Amino acid sequence: MIEVEHLSKVFNGRKAVDDVSFYVGKGEVLGFLGPNGAGKTTTMRILTCYMPSTEGTARIAGYDVFEESLEVRKRIGYLPENPPIYPEMTVDSYLNFVAKIKGTPAGQRMAQVDKVVEECSLGDVRRRIVGRLSKGYKQRVGLAQALLKDPEVLILDEPTIGLDPKQIHEVRTLIKGLASTRTVILSTHILPEVSMTCNRVVIINKGKVVAMDTPEGLAAQMKGAERIALIVDGPSEAIREKIHAIEGVISIQATDEKEGRPTSFAVECQLDTDLRPVLASTIVSQGWGLLEMRGVSMSLEDVFINLTTQEPTEADSSRR
Amino acid sequence: MQNILAIWQREIKSYFVSPIAYVVLTVFLFLSGFFFFSYLNQVIQATMMQAQFGQGSQPIDVPGIIFKSLLQTTSVVLLFIVPMLTMGLFAEEKKRGTIELLLTTPVGHFQAIAGKYLASLTFLLILILTNVITILPLFLHGQPDWQPMLSGYLGMFLYGMTLLAIGLFISTLTENQIVAVMATFGVSLALFVIESFSASATGVAKSVIDYLSVMSHLEDFIKGVIDTSHIIYYVTFAFVGLFLAYRSLESMRWKN
Repeated sequence: MIEVEHLSKVFNGRKAVDDVSFYVGKGEVLGFLGPNGAGKTTTMRILTCYMPSTEGTARIAGYDVFEESLEVRKRIGYLPENPPIYPEMTVDSYLNFVAKIKGTPAGQRMAQVDKVVEECSLGDVRRRIVGRLSKGYKQRVGLAQALLKDPEVLILDEPTIGLDPKQIHEVRTLIKGLASTRTVILSTHILPEVSMTCNRVVIINKGKVVAMDTPEGLAAQMKGAERIALIVDGPSEAIREKIHAIEGVISIQATDEKEGRPTSFAVECQLDTDLRPVLASTIVSQGWGLLEMRGVSMSLEDVFINLTTQEPTEADSSRR
Repeated sequence: MQNILAIWQREIKSYFVSPIAYVVLTVFLFLSGFFFFSYLNQVIQATMMQAQFGQGSQPIDVPGIIFKSLLQTTSVVLLFIVPMLTMGLFAEEKKRGTIELLLTTPVGHFQAIAGKYLASLTFLLILILTNVITILPLFLHGQPDWQPMLSGYLGMFLYGMTLLAIGLFISTLTENQIVAVMATFGVSLALFVIESFSASATGVAKSVIDYLSVMSHLEDFIKGVIDTSHIIYYVTFAFVGLFLAYRSLESMRWKN
């Protein structure tokens, strides 16, 4: 449904988007993840025909965003970073206006507006002036606008920003519900959002794609080692030596060490080995106090931070 | 067509829900009334002088003189008012980010410009109608020649149309409304005062300057002469303004 090939965008000599390629199939929800300034918004603006790419092509539903922009624009719903509202209009007249310029026939306009008002739970504020609404409502008005005329492809730039937890939950459910029949790209820097709503994730940093996989796949891919967190009461030097000698332990690090208090350790072990019984018996047999032991799995957050804080060369190799 | 209408309607509404429309209309009406009264006074004094010195043989066209002076002044007032009508057309959309909505829906650049331009023309028409109200007393107390008035207002509309097109173009260039106002005012004023260089110029330069001046083309209309060359001048100028606006919007989608 969406094909992006070697897309680049240069602003005044600075590459905002650098050779980005990805593909989104019909009915998929793609999460676009990256720190601020990574090039998410620029990529979305290119996809929505708002600005041209410097190099590369992007096609939506088979139409080139540059050559056949009108066909593309007929098929997309777009929520920009800042909801594109006219503050002096009422919610109803605003949605009516957008329905008109999207080319909804007069007879269906009312029904369409009613539908998106319902979907975005805007019923209470229909007659209010958009400019006087709270940030969360404005965001929902922006989302409602994108949903008008049932576009095949939805491009949402940080759709849950400014919403309260209950609304965030509603919007996520809404997006999930839409996904069965539509293709969605959404950008975010909220990680749980991605694992909750997206089938696939593209992580982008400094304009480059650093990883692309399912949320679970990404976590698994990054997991080069098992980690165990320990809190042991005893002489920390001796503990370190003893544990390091156990077969299968790659490294041990003290994470919290204070005189006269139990020490916290992070133990990295080889993959697919469970060293917890051995660790426990070793510690206990030495007469030290084993206060806590738990397995640590790598969250998407770790993956994200890992990928976006490494040097580009390392990021490239971790992708392979 | 639906798009043009939708944008036209939204623009008109936005003029009237913001204070702009009311401030502009009030100031315009006040100035029209003020100048009408002051020209009326002048004419009265002139006729009284004439009566005193016994030169009453030549009748004065009182309504005609008042109307011509008023229209000339109005053209100056429009120089100040037009930039305020056009400043927001695109600059405000850019500032609010709604331009992103406009350009990512199936609305074409042409439709966006047409809708907005028509809205500003509608407002101009409203302004001119209020000016007609100001001169109504002339009809109550006399029998003025209405044909030159009609041609005068036609000229005024064409003149405003040109200024609006220039303002619309400038509004596409910036997201700052103050910049849009000042630049539009500057360009319009330059086209207005360029006439003063005509006296010292010679040859081709003189005819170019004479042709460029927005004011010189208006004079014939006010006198009651409808000359197609003047109509062509205004229409061409408006067209160039709109064309530049179109290219300016399009340039956002140009590759480097």
